[in-house]
Amino acid sequence: MKNRERKSRRFFTIVAIVVTLFHLIPFYILITTSLKASNDFSSKWSLPSSVHFENFSKAWEQASLGNAFINTAIITAGAALLLIVFGSLAAYPLARMNTKLNKFVYFLFIAIMIVPPLTALVPLYQMVVDMGMMNTHEIAILNNMAAFLPLTIFLYAGFIRSTIPKELEEAAKIDGASTLKIFFKIVFPLLKPITATVLIISCVFIWNDYQFAIFFLQDESVQTLTVALAGFFGQNQSNLNLVASAAIMSMLPMTILFLFLQKYFVAGLSSGSVKG
Amino acid sequence: MSELVNKSQRAIARKGVVKSRKMKKQKSLWWMYLPALIVVSVFIIYPFLSGIRVSFTDWNGFSQTKNWVGLEQYKRMFQDSDTWLVVKNTLLYGIGSTIFQNVIGLLYALLLNKSIRLKSLTRTIIYLPVIISPLVMGYIWYFFFAYQGGALNDVLMLLGLDKINALGNPDVNPWIIVFVNTYQFVGIAMIIYLAGLQSISKDFYEAADIDGASVFQKFKTITLPLLMPAITINVVLNIIGGLKLFDVILALTGGGPGNASQSMSTFMYSLYFSRQDAGYAATQGVLMAFIVLTFSLLALVYFKRKEVDA
Repeated sequence: MKNRERKSRRFFTIVAIVVTLFHLIPFYILITTSLKASNDFSSKWSLPSSVHFENFSKAWEQASLGNAFINTAIITAGAALLLIVFGSLAAYPLARMNTKLNKFVYFLFIAIMIVPPLTALVPLYQMVVDMGMMNTHEIAILNNMAAFLPLTIFLYAGFIRSTIPKELEEAAKIDGASTLKIFFKIVFPLLKPITATVLIISCVFIWNDYQFAIFFLQDESVQTLTVALAGFFGQNQSNLNLVASAAIMSMLPMTILFLFLQKYFVAGLSSGSVKG
Repeated sequence: MSELVNKSQRAIARKGVVKSRKMKKQKSLWWMYLPALIVVSVFIIYPFLSGIRVSFTDWNGFSQTKNWVGLEQYKRMFQDSDTWLVVKNTLLYGIGSTIFQNVIGLLYALLLNKSIRLKSLTRTIIYLPVIISPLVMGYIWYFFFAYQGGALNDVLMLLGLDKINALGNPDVNPWIIVFVNTYQFVGIAMIIYLAGLQSISKDFYEAADIDGASVFQKFKTITLPLLMPAITINVVLNIIGGLKLFDVILALTGGGPGNASQSMSTFMYSLYFSRQDAGYAATQGVLMAFIVLTFSLLALVYFKRKEVDA
């Protein structure tokens, strides 16, 4: 029996290694491509004959990635902060006060999750032009925030319902604290784990946004990383080494954030299924 | 004695009712969700509704005049052969990715639920692509499938086979898009299945072992039914995600050749921005919203019904 167990363990470990290697293929190709010379036409599978780190500095300058990084960071941070404040504030009464109105509003938020943002594109574009908000950070922040508010509210409301005891709030109420004070002094600090989840999930998806960015941030001064990359790819079809370098740099911040905060990311993604 | 217990239980139950009535009398505290409601109303609900109005006009996207044309655009849409091609692709992306992500995601979860070496490393590598922008993911796989100097053709040539133009072939490239989308997001399905598997009590399996159940029987009668909530959430998430596919298509094929790999999202985008056909783009938008809502609700209702109480 013991022997059989060890054998099956070895078998499944080998399967896991094969799966891992398969999943590493695109990363291997991306990294080796980024390090090759532009006149290196060797197979994508082969290692670079000489390492060309200057691809990174060249790509950084040619794609104006510095500017794009700043724009992306402003939009991501702005939208994530607003999401946390407005999302948690909205989720509290929706999780706690079971009035008919609140039930309807909660349902509305959930229904919005299903609507594809692009179906509102035509009038939204006109509206943004009319408001004079084309090519501003504000419009990207607001659009991304609107797109992620339903999910944020869903996550916060589920967490409040299942883990925050009502007794604390009731005790504070008896002491005469106002609703806002109760929320920010008592409830919000207890939401830390789910706030971390919301923060990392929304940061990852807003950092990677292309749909809103391509419509509303066409000017070079406000363009985000995805828009800069798309333009760069269009101009450098023959020099994919530079494109690969730029792609690696654009995904580095989120990769680092993710490796540090993995725990919350996994918890956030799986929380929905556990609660059903 | 038992009467006494019953009485006190009833009293407790009554108290609960009184308490919940008191809760209902409580204020809605609507001002707390007002800011969120305003943001989604202005940026999602209002544009979505006025999109329906635009779908009845011949608006070109920039002129001041919008002529009301009634059902003209809808007639045009149903007669347009591109519509059916694009709907077919969208359904392939939605349903195809959903099937692959769930089957493979579940297999991965079953594998990583065993006591094996390198478990957490494998898990991290499988879900790492989730955090990369779908646009960048498209470029990465472009390096793999490209006709000139692509990694796939290097292998084919090494084997003495002909190079294939996978991305330019309209019969093949929609499947490549399904493949890339699956590769990128299979990690989410895997994590949700892992969480589901870990919530199933070991007692069920021990009881089944005593009854001499086979591995397959255990999977069919214990694992699968108890995993239903995870299946529901995965299927609904993947259907919504797959039907909305956009960035990865632009990165890999640009929707081409012609409209061969276009999804409803990318088609709408090109109608509005390249062909100045805003009214028609809005009509396609209405159809897309209808399709996404229908399929996600059908999936939700179908799988919710299959859920059992553990």
